[in-house]
Amino acid sequence: MPQRTARSLRKYDAMTSETDGAEGAQAKAPWYNHGRIERNIGLLSVLAFIAVAIGGAVEIAPLFWIDRTIERVEGVRPYTPLELAGRDIYIREGCYTCHSQMIRPFRDEVERYGHYSLAAESMYDHPFQWGSKRTGPDLARVGNRYSDEWHVQHLVDPRSVVPESVMPTYAFLRERDVAGPDMTAHLRALTREGVPYTQSDIDKANEDLLAQADPNTNPADLQRRYPRAQVRDFDGNPDQTTEMDALVAYLQMLGTLVDFNRVRAEELSQ
Amino acid sequence: MNGVLNRAGIFIVAAMVALLAAMNAADWGFAVHMVIVAAAATLAMAWTLTRTDYADIAKGILPVSDASLYDDDPVRWGVLATVIWGVAGLAAGLFIALQLAFPVLNLGIEYTSFGRLRPLHTSGVIFAFGGNILIASSLYVVQRTCRARLAFPSLARFVFWGYQLFLVLAASGYLMGITQSREYAEPEWYVDIWLTIVWVAYLAVFVGTIMRRREPHIYVANWFYLSFILTIAMLHIVNNLAIPVSIFGSKSYSLFAGVQDALTQWWYGHNAVAFFLTTPFLAMMYYFVPKQAQRPVYSYRLSIIHFWSLIFIYIWAGPHHLHYTALPDWAQTLGMVFSIILWMPSWGGMINGLMTLNGAWDKIRTDPIIRMMVIAMAFYGMATFEGPMLSIKAVNSLSHYTDWTIGHVHAGALGWNGMISFAAIYYLAPRLWGRQRLYSLRMVNWHFWLATLGIVFYAAAMWVAGIMQGLMWREYGADGYLVYSFAETVAAMHPMYVLRALGGGMYLTGFFILVYNVWMTIKGQVRDEAPMSETPHNAAADRPLPKEV
Repeated sequence: MPQRTARSLRKYDAMTSETDGAEGAQAKAPWYNHGRIERNIGLLSVLAFIAVAIGGAVEIAPLFWIDRTIERVEGVRPYTPLELAGRDIYIREGCYTCHSQMIRPFRDEVERYGHYSLAAESMYDHPFQWGSKRTGPDLARVGNRYSDEWHVQHLVDPRSVVPESVMPTYAFLRERDVAGPDMTAHLRALTREGVPYTQSDIDKANEDLLAQADPNTNPADLQRRYPRAQVRDFDGNPDQTTEMDALVAYLQMLGTLVDFNRVRAEELSQ
Repeated sequence: MNGVLNRAGIFIVAAMVALLAAMNAADWGFAVHMVIVAAAATLAMAWTLTRTDYADIAKGILPVSDASLYDDDPVRWGVLATVIWGVAGLAAGLFIALQLAFPVLNLGIEYTSFGRLRPLHTSGVIFAFGGNILIASSLYVVQRTCRARLAFPSLARFVFWGYQLFLVLAASGYLMGITQSREYAEPEWYVDIWLTIVWVAYLAVFVGTIMRRREPHIYVANWFYLSFILTIAMLHIVNNLAIPVSIFGSKSYSLFAGVQDALTQWWYGHNAVAFFLTTPFLAMMYYFVPKQAQRPVYSYRLSIIHFWSLIFIYIWAGPHHLHYTALPDWAQTLGMVFSIILWMPSWGGMINGLMTLNGAWDKIRTDPIIRMMVIAMAFYGMATFEGPMLSIKAVNSLSHYTDWTIGHVHAGALGWNGMISFAAIYYLAPRLWGRQRLYSLRMVNWHFWLATLGIVFYAAAMWVAGIMQGLMWREYGADGYLVYSFAETVAAMHPMYVLRALGGGMYLTGFFILVYNVWMTIKGQVRDEAPMSETPHNAAADRPLPKEV
């Protein structure tokens, strides 16, 4: 204890002369040669960088080469251009700040929202939309749970269908044309990142964007390239393909791609 | 003369390139951003040309500020920017808190909806308020502890203005819906590239100043600042890897998808907490607490152990944001284990800070700035206990997705980051503007109590809200069915959201007191009030050592 007092006083003197307290003590009692690191900014930087690089490298890197990170699941496909445009609107409006898309394997969540989420279901999600907060409910399997009319009404005026809701209103989506961005460029960017769009998907992207919300098109070609794609007018206004069409098309496909009766059978066989 | 012309030329070229990009823009948000960039470059050019002293240049004399003093201009600007952005960030937070209680405040237009304002609040307080005080305080501290002037003074000025441009682009982008949807990394690819350039310049100024030091040792605060600058660079670059749809458009798609993307983001997200909101604020603790208390740092050994264990362990903790998700189980468990271990270095740091008051504990009673520092460290200790607890999978199964997490974050952000920053601002203001003392120490006291009570309201409301929400979601009735619909849980949150907004309002009110106090201090006024204790400052000794020692 007296030793501590003496050292503290030395440090105190050092402090008041505008240098730090630690040095005063350190000069007398080097501790595991740390003084060497403290005198060398290059060494300090390199060692600090190594210290912070290890954790991320060990945790993240294996996810890219361990096969079992994402189990292959039948049915998962890239987004159609209209769904992708809807997803971009979902991101633009910050829906992820209040809605998760990740159902955890708990009884209450499975009963409330449906089968727990699989890694494969977000394998084409650039970026992921798992979310971190449920001010509103999880949306991972919201697709086909409500009618298009309900979604449109809910987005235009949430409290008219859910009085307790605190969601903002998104009536303006109904007025805005979804066409504008060149969807071929969007698909091409995603292809570069490994999303398996075919050449004809890319070539027809702008066409597909409008066709999916047009009740008069023949859906065969679109549904051949994008299985289970829902083709219809989503926003109740067949004359115009709006941002509302795109967002509702996206919401209506969420969680609908995987047939869980088949997945369960496969899991049992393993 | 050449230097002036070169700089003006660079600004003209930058403005023209930005205007060209605006004309070719694929979306209007990108066009608006490029016009902002062009305007900033034009202003910079005008400033360069009009503020130059041509007579001195003609005589071959460059106007040099007093080299026997520290280079504090960027620090002064940084403190002012901290105060201004602080008002914006906190007000945005209060507004979105009220939106959750009263959704009519979304106003029915896209620019003021919760989803777009929320990143404005988070970035406003983390990067605008926090970032500015970190850059300003680091440039202040590194000069004093190295007893040397800033290396690359013009680069330091570029860092300040470049960072403000980053903030303006990020904030205006959020309002226009330009976002990557990566929490705390929302700005799009071109804004990220700009921040990378600014950050490298910041690293150069900081390390350059350390290399010019007249002290043999690098002081512990600088280790923490250094790890902050280095690690944020690494996190920022990796997490923002993306392919833009068009080089003339704002939209990009992140390079990774699904599981890998989620872990990369939360490796970033958690370490934004670690290396933006913890290590550099600990650096502030290691400088300002000993200075204000006039006591040496408690333990040199503890500071070494604290530093290395904290930066090594923190980086592993990210996966605890993804418990029970589709992330592989081994990664979740690893994240949990390291999060729990992290409790120890965190408290080691807190103890080192608190025990620095050894022999000066009476100042808690007499010095409101010390009081602010002590409550900051106490909240740091509380938040770094709560964090490991929330990272335990069983606890997390209840707390995740609820407002408990929001409460936890704010105990740390308002209690630790806010309070230690306020203390630093109060310490810096009279010294930077050469005033005898703060305008009013009693107002610091008012600020202290308003802020502390505000946090208590906030945290308590969010604890109740979060635990209630989590329990209601999983409540089963005797009939074996879920008892509550989701909408019923939303309705139950309303009183808690109102209380939270009340707490936030008190915190913001306290901050307005700081704004007034700092403003009057800068004006050079001293309030006529019953005196409180203050820490002496020797302006004559506050200068670098002469060249030859």
